[in-house]
Parts: sequence; C-alpha cells; structure tokens
Amino acid sequence: MDTSGLRLEHRYDVELVAVTKRYGGTVAVDGISLRIPRATYCCLLGPSGCGKTSTLRMIAGHEVVSEGDVLIHDTNVTDLPPVRRGTAMMFQSYALFPHLTCLDNVAFSLKARGVPKPERHRRARDYLARVHLQDYAERLPGQLSGGQQQRVALARALITEPRILLLDEPLSALDPFLRGQVREELKRLQRELGITFIHVTHSQDEAMALADMMVIMEAGRIRQAGPPREVFERPADAFVARFIGGHNILRDDTGMVAVRADRCRLGMAAGAPHIRGRVAAVEYQGSSVRVALAVDDGPALSVVMPDDRFFAGPVQPGEEAALSWSAQDAHAIPERA
Amino acid sequence: MEAVEQAPALAAPARPRRSLRLTPEAVSWLQVGPLAFILIVFFALPTLLFLVVSFFDYDRVGIYPAFMLDNYREVLTTPATLRVYLSSLKFAFIVWGVTLLLGFSIAHFLVFHVRSGAVRTILFLLCAIPFWTSGIIRTIAWIPFLGRNGAFNQGLMELHLIDRPLDFLLFSPFAVCVTYVHLFTLLMIGPIANSMAKIDPALLEAARDAGASRWRTMVDVVIPLSKTGIALGSILVFTQVMGDFFVVKQMSGGQSASIVSALATEIQAMQYPPAAASAMLLVLFVAIMVAGMMRVVDVRQELVR
Repeated sequence: MDTSGLRLEHRYDVELVAVTKRYGGTVAVDGISLRIPRATYCCLLGPSGCGKTSTLRMIAGHEVVSEGDVLIHDTNVTDLPPVRRGTAMMFQSYALFPHLTCLDNVAFSLKARGVPKPERHRRARDYLARVHLQDYAERLPGQLSGGQQQRVALARALITEPRILLLDEPLSALDPFLRGQVREELKRLQRELGITFIHVTHSQDEAMALADMMVIMEAGRIRQAGPPREVFERPADAFVARFIGGHNILRDDTGMVAVRADRCRLGMAAGAPHIRGRVAAVEYQGSSVRVALAVDDGPALSVVMPDDRFFAGPVQPGEEAALSWSAQDAHAIPERA
Repeated sequence: MEAVEQAPALAAPARPRRSLRLTPEAVSWLQVGPLAFILIVFFALPTLLFLVVSFFDYDRVGIYPAFMLDNYREVLTTPATLRVYLSSLKFAFIVWGVTLLLGFSIAHFLVFHVRSGAVRTILFLLCAIPFWTSGIIRTIAWIPFLGRNGAFNQGLMELHLIDRPLDFLLFSPFAVCVTYVHLFTLLMIGPIANSMAKIDPALLEAARDAGASRWRTMVDVVIPLSKTGIALGSILVFTQVMGDFFVVKQMSGGQSASIVSALATEIQAMQYPPAAASAMLLVLFVAIMVAGMMRVVDVRQELVR
C-alpha cells in the first residue's frame, strides 16, 4: 500500500490527540490521547461501556469524532472515510455477507475498487489459502463454523493490505480451546505483516498474552497505557490493579498500596505488615492454589501460592488467617479509588 | 408454550395433568387446523365449484350440468380477452414499477435512516393509518382532488401555472395508476421493510470499510438481502392489480377495462359458466406469474431463515 520510504519517516502508526466522543449528552470517550508506535500489537482493555469500542470505531472511521484528531502514519485522517485511512476492521459479529460465497466475501473490497473478476478471485483465493480455507471458497458463510467464519473475516480484512488492522473483540465468540489457538495465530500474523493491530477486549488474560502495549480504559478515559509487564508490576491506580487482577489493594504506614497476590503470604512474619481475616474459599488451580480471604469491612483479598507450599500447611474455609507482605513488594498507588 | 406447560408438571408431578397432555402430532394438527379450515372452505371449495361450473352449459334462463369446453373456447377466441389482459398487464407493470421504487425508498428510509424507534413507529403508522378506511372511499376521494374543477387543477390555476384545467388527471389511465399506487404502496413497504430490518447494520459498515460506495452497497448488499421482501411485495401488488375491478371502473371513466370488469359483465347477464371459465383462466394466469416470481426468489427458504 505505501512505500517503505514513507514507512521509515513516520513515528507513530496511530496517534490520538484529545479525542472525545459524545452521544447526545453522554460522553463515551473523554479527551483521550494516545501514541501507538510502529508495528505494535495494542490492546484496548476495559469493562463494558468504558469507551474502548467507540475509540476503535473512531480510528476506523465508522464513528464521527466529536472533538480532537486521529492521525494514522502522521497524517490527520479525522475527516476521511475508512477506505482512505488504510485501516481494515474485523467486526465482532464478523459481518460476513450472508448471500455471498467466501470467495466473494474476501474479494468484496477488490470489487469495490474495480479490480476485474479473474484478478480479484485469484487474489481472494490466495488470501483464503493463507487462512487455510481454500477448500471452502464456494461455500456460503452460514455453512461454516464460527472459527472458519472468523478466518474468512480476517482474510477479507487483510486483502486490503491495511496499514492498521482493527479487531473488535475477535475472540469473544469462540470456545476457550479455539480462543487460545486464534490468539497465537493473530500474534504470529501481526509479527509477519509488521503492521499495527488494535484489538479491543474485556479480557485481561487476552490482553496480557497478546499486547506489546496495553491500554486500560474506564469511563471514557485512559487509566494506564504501557507494556503489559509494566502495567502488571506498577498499576497506576486501584482501578487498574483490580481490573487486571492478581493484586491485593492494601494499606500500610505509607498509604494505599497494591501487592501482587502471588507475593503475599499466609500467616504473619516478623517485621512485615499484615492484615487479619478469615479464609473464605480455597481454589485449587493445579500448579497453584488461591486462598480467598474475607476481612471485616475491607475488600476481598487473595493469596496465590505454589501447590506444594499450600499443601505443606493447608487451611480450611472458615479458619482465622492473616495475610502478610514485604514492604519491597508493595507498590504505592494514589488514594482515590 | 411448551416450557410453560411443563413447569407445573415438574414442580408437582400430579398424575391427572398427564392425561390432558396432547401428543406432538395432535398439537401440530391443532396448529394448522384453523388456517387449513379457512383455506379449504373459503378458497379451495369455491375454486373447485368455479372449475366445475366453468364446464357447464347455459342459456338465458339457467345453467345445465355438462362437460363442454365451449366456454373456454369462447373466452380464448374473443379479441376482447387479449385486450383486457394486455390492459391489465400494462397497469400491473406500471404500478409494480412505481410502487417498487416508492416502497423500497420508503422502507430504506424507515429502516436505515430513522434512528429513533418512536419516530419510526409514528412514520409507520402514518403509512398504515389511511388503510384503516375502505379502499373504495380512498379511491373515490381522488375524484374531487383530480377532477376538472378539483383541488389540484384549481391550485395550479391559482398559481398561474396553467390557463385551462388539465383533463388527463381524472377518468384516465393516469388516474387509475395514481389510485393503484396510493392503494398498494403499503403492500410493498411492509415486506421490504421487514426484510431490511433483518439486515445486520454491521454489514453496511463492513461494506463501507471495504471501500464500497453507497451505490455499490445498495446493489451488492442491500438489494440482494431485501429480495424476499421485494418478491413478496411484488406478488401482493401484482395480484391486487390483476384482480381489481373497482378502481378501473371508477377512475378510467370507461376508457379502460379490466379482466374482472369483463367478468362482472357476464355475471350481471347471469352467464355464470363463461364467467367461471374467465375466472379460472385469470387464476391460472396469476398463478403462473407468481410461480415465475417464486422461481426467481425462493421465498419459502428465505422466510424460515
């Protein structure tokens, strides 16, 4: 689509500058700014209604930006239609045309561009082969499984040779086994193509597994953006710590802190801060065991420990217990919830 | 329905309830029963009666059971038959084209452009409410509007757009077409809007995302996915026009005849057997046309989708 010369020049694949989206009186996206470096797997993560899908749709050009600018490859595309942005979108429902064969679905964008039939069918076949569906070219989407439909949708998006691929909850309709497989496939594809993928999800596991850059949103704002490891090690606030999970929000002499559940211990240790509670539940998870702790007028806490350590000194629900942590594992977070 | 029936049975497995339960076959028969009854009594039996009578002999005073093909021979050899069929077909095609264009546009507007559900309901009602009055009244209502001294002519004269009243407005093929379009456009809007409402809006976005223009999206996505509604609407409009008697009689001022008005003349002359033969031919003709449309679009398969 573009020349490699241009590709060297731009700094960011996507840049959002104070982007706001209003629907009537409600603000869905509230003045967010974000810079996505080149060839990044970026996950927009957050609870439903946080504005992540609106953000994706504004980047795609399917939603009008109320205020602010959207830049793709350093070019302002705020007022351009999708086709002139160099983006391609994979819809949550896949949005395959039910009356067209897989081949015609994949070839659709080439038809819109006036590519003659033999040429567009040849290229569509190539892309179907790339997602291992060359034998299904003449089938209608309704005759395929969910996973196969998704691969057709992927081929349809990729045939436009997009600069940015936008994925709206691509894994949510798949069963857990397939989800893992497709996840690997998407990551591999992104590396091979060397383009930016922006992937909307509400699953932190998915985002952690895939993302080079994780953007956590809540109530139309970005709470934290960065590599998954950075987000997990140093959550910006209590919301992020709770949303990505695996953290306890505790209080010590310095104020509010987040401590990873796998760094907490059951029982008290000399000189270490602790909190008392009662065992609410014990979950065996194979290689690890999670012990949930209920504390009077406090949030639910948990300790994750290797199975051998748990079974060396097991506890039962209902027993009194204490949770302790070492000060060096505590990561201070701002006071507001 | 099934679940509601089963819930109390699960809660209290009382014996007597069980004896009332119908077998699935019986339930199916009960479900198709009322419609089957109506179709048989009010459609199949009368049609059969017509078929039988169409072979009877007749004179000025009565009809006599017989099996003769004279009635059919007579209908098929009279030049008037061809004339009224051509005239009706002409109206049917003009009206079909106009109602399709209007109905498709209105349905498209209602389904894809009106965002508020309340506004959509109000607009639908605006389309539908005139249909709560009788078709005859709505037909006649055009007369004071389109007449020589009617509202339309007077309005044009007051605006000084014309010096003399336009004569072609009323009691003309034009008047017949206007009335048909007025009467039957809703029959197009309904099925087409129904088909369009089933189109996932994401498909239109996907088309836009792929770079398709509005026109391409219309031709490649919206029209193919609305074709069931288009076919159903077309069948409704076509059969209505072919079977019409009143509008042509009222609005053409005697300039045009319809198939049914020719038939009505025979009935008034008590010539039941030739009237029955004409009726059978009309049924056959319309059935062939409808079958042709069904071949183009598999309506049954699309309806269960």
